[in-house]
Amino acid sequence: MKTRVAVRWAAALVVLSALPAVLSSYQLGLLTKMLIFGIFAMSLDLLLGYAGLPSLGHAAYFGVAAYTVGLLSLRVANNFWLDFPAGLTMAAGVSALFGLFALRARGSYFLMITLALGQVLWGIAFGWRSLTGGDDGLPSVPRPRLPLPWALTDGGPFYYFVLAFFAVSILALSVIVRSPFGRALVGIRESERRMEVLGYDVWRYKYVAFILAGLFAGVAGNLFVYFNGFVSPSYLNIVFSAAALLMVILGGAGTLVGPALGAAVIVFLENLISAYMERWVLVLGVIYVLVTLFAPSGLVGLVRQRLGSHPA
Amino acid sequence: MTFWVTQALNGISFGMLLFLLAAGLSLIYGLMRVLNLAHGSYYILGGYVGLAAIRVTGSFVLAALAATAVVTLIGVVMERFFLRRFGEQELPQALLTFGFLLIFADLSLWLWGGTPQTLPKPAIFERSIRMGAIVFPSYRLFVIGVGLVIGLGLWWLQEGTRLGAMIRAGVDDAEMARGTGVNVGLLSTAVFALGAFLAALGGIIGGPFVGVYPGADFEILEMALVVVIVGGLGSLKGAFVGGLLVGLLDNFGKALFPELALFTVFAPMAIILAIRPTGLFGVR
Repeated sequence: MKTRVAVRWAAALVVLSALPAVLSSYQLGLLTKMLIFGIFAMSLDLLLGYAGLPSLGHAAYFGVAAYTVGLLSLRVANNFWLDFPAGLTMAAGVSALFGLFALRARGSYFLMITLALGQVLWGIAFGWRSLTGGDDGLPSVPRPRLPLPWALTDGGPFYYFVLAFFAVSILALSVIVRSPFGRALVGIRESERRMEVLGYDVWRYKYVAFILAGLFAGVAGNLFVYFNGFVSPSYLNIVFSAAALLMVILGGAGTLVGPALGAAVIVFLENLISAYMERWVLVLGVIYVLVTLFAPSGLVGLVRQRLGSHPA
Repeated sequence: MTFWVTQALNGISFGMLLFLLAAGLSLIYGLMRVLNLAHGSYYILGGYVGLAAIRVTGSFVLAALAATAVVTLIGVVMERFFLRRFGEQELPQALLTFGFLLIFADLSLWLWGGTPQTLPKPAIFERSIRMGAIVFPSYRLFVIGVGLVIGLGLWWLQEGTRLGAMIRAGVDDAEMARGTGVNVGLLSTAVFALGAFLAALGGIIGGPFVGVYPGADFEILEMALVVVIVGGLGSLKGAFVGGLLVGLLDNFGKALFPELALFTVFAPMAIILAIRPTGLFGVR
């Protein structure tokens, strides 16, 4: 099983690395965005799909990383080796702080508290104009300069830069979810009490998962601000947090390929529908309702049902 | 002195508005364990429908009736045909109600445009009241009065009537309530309808001073959630005290530290969460 999964991911990565040869630079930009949001959705799935913790404030860690990298590269120095780790540190730090509050709650309370905590950061980004630019956000964030023979311009070079992080994230996350730690998270999702009886320090496992999820959301936020050259409070908002949940559920929670697929579908649909009409938000709302009613186990679940195979 | 009194009265009237929203949110959660994210939509739909009705009929009372009727119906449909299927599964409910929040937000933007609008006040509350050196708009006092009346009414409903006893039984233990012959399904619809009604009433009452505009649904929802977190889920008293507290914090925050406006609301929430995760009056 392990090798089959590895072979599939390797094949997917080969295909992904060959795509720049056939795609236009616009399409490649879209694909880059899909990969970044894929990392973001997978990071949330570590919480939702594995540990069973439905966070409605996951944009906080994405956004705080994006703002950190944006501010440092604009106001201090555009130094990848300083800015990128700083973004990750802030994302992990904020999730370590928020986790202390959120993990005291369960179920709907957990949803509500993660939502409210996420809105605190949104409020700061929105209100503290002198630092964050308020509603206007931070424009013209530069691309990182790396000791590479080519610059990270749009199209191929930047795409491969993101693809490398995507590959490393998938590798790291699949190692985590298959490790004894990941197995314990699934055990906690299924029955917290049983795991406690078995002698697991349930709170500590959940706390570490919370921080790891924040860290990987930070990877996505870092990449996004480099990609987009711009960050605004809407990337800290409940709408973005909820979109991450939708991506995970649409693809299939508790798998890694599911959230990545879910992210790709949403990015694709947003792009397609926005090109034809103004009512993307309405369509997105309908997608939420349809997915909840008809595809609760996501695309991966639908495929498995078709093939008649059992979840791995 | 004038500043403090005026701001306090403003804060209390905004707090009463938040109480209307939070009471419904809290009741619905208490009985059905549903976190209704579309609750903010009921507020703006109440405001927009009310505004349309005022333009047709010219009457604030008729507009209030029309708006609350339409929104209550929307609430009943959402509960009966969508939320009921998902029992106590919090994630599908959250996604579903968030979907409705987006749908209503975009429909409102489509139908009523992006310009912020305010409802005209009923003519008798156009005047200001003078108390010594302080001049205070009488409409704000009216809002405080409505909040108090609704609060008393809800308290009586919960403590003094058979319906209230059934609701309390359902909140404590839905299975046991069902066992003793309470129709929990019907009760859930009734409570959801009541919550939607109160939120729509909030839209009407708040329309003349908070206004209706794209994004008001999210802002009101977040404030109401903070009230519920501070006061405690499922507690009427919590919604009332939390509403007043958050209303005052928000008003003084905006007046004294405009740059940190939202922070003055969220920081106390975090402190209360740290000390009492179930809120001031919450049991669970």
